[in-house]
Amino acid sequence: MKFAVIVFPGSNCDTDMYHAVKDELGAEVEYVWHDATNLNQFDGILLPGGFSYGDYLRSGAIAQFSNVMTEVVKAAREGKPVLGVCNGFQILLETGLLPGAMRRNESLKFICQPEELVVENTSTIFTTQYEKGEVISVPVAHGEGNYYCDKDTLQQLKANNQIVFTYRNNPNGSVENIAGITNEEGNVLGMMPHPERAVDELLGSKDGLKLFQSIVKSWRERYVAAK
Amino acid sequence: MYKVKVYVTLRESVLDPQGKAVMSSLHKMGQSEVEDVRIGKYLELTLQKGDYNLDEKIVNMCSKLLSNPVIEDYRYEVEEVVAQ
Repeated sequence: MKFAVIVFPGSNCDTDMYHAVKDELGAEVEYVWHDATNLNQFDGILLPGGFSYGDYLRSGAIAQFSNVMTEVVKAAREGKPVLGVCNGFQILLETGLLPGAMRRNESLKFICQPEELVVENTSTIFTTQYEKGEVISVPVAHGEGNYYCDKDTLQQLKANNQIVFTYRNNPNGSVENIAGITNEEGNVLGMMPHPERAVDELLGSKDGLKLFQSIVKSWRERYVAAK
Repeated sequence: MYKVKVYVTLRESVLDPQGKAVMSSLHKMGQSEVEDVRIGKYLELTLQKGDYNLDEKIVNMCSKLLSNPVIEDYRYEVEEVVAQ
């Protein structure tokens, strides 16, 4: 399985993402610049955190019109796993691959600390290696991670089991303590916490590694075992 | 040429924590009559005249990029200007 780490001008978690996949997960991975017009050779797409295009206008707003996002949307429609972390999540929201929007943190402060997350849904391709209700420690680092959606959307998220991670102690004021959601089909995950920064005990936690392992396992079951 | 002035604010139903912080500062400086503060963005676009529907064009730009309809509202004003 081969991953692409999409790099926008202003991305700054791309190296962490690359390291997590290559060195800790042990899978193939390549950096892909934002003007790329083809992602056919990749099986999984990773949108890293940072400040794409300087966060101009709104976080993630400018990135939605980059060449590569047309390809990311295509990959998502084909059913390929797409993971957006932090600014990557914001880009997925702005692109419309995920419902809702981000507001400034309730405290107006940039928050950078480990957070306890509850794994709410273990049937997604991103979470099969976790136990339902498992509490994991994953760091957050954001100023705009206060997830918002209207009541109807929230009901849909719940009805379709799209809420994957929630905060135990909500740091930013997000609706229903939401930390991460998938699309209806379940192949696109956006989350504010950084699993790529929790892949080694040296970093304080390796709870994020299972997320990447889940993706590979699901992909192997679907494409390798089936052949 | 047209000059289009676009105002983007958070929707009424969405809490504006920046606006709240500014309001409490205004209260501290003694401006107790201030009941609400909403912070937004102001954009000025200059457009060439042409064979197009101006309102349609502005609405398209506002709803797809300049504002995020999930949390923001926008309004705009149009002025005709003579090219320099």
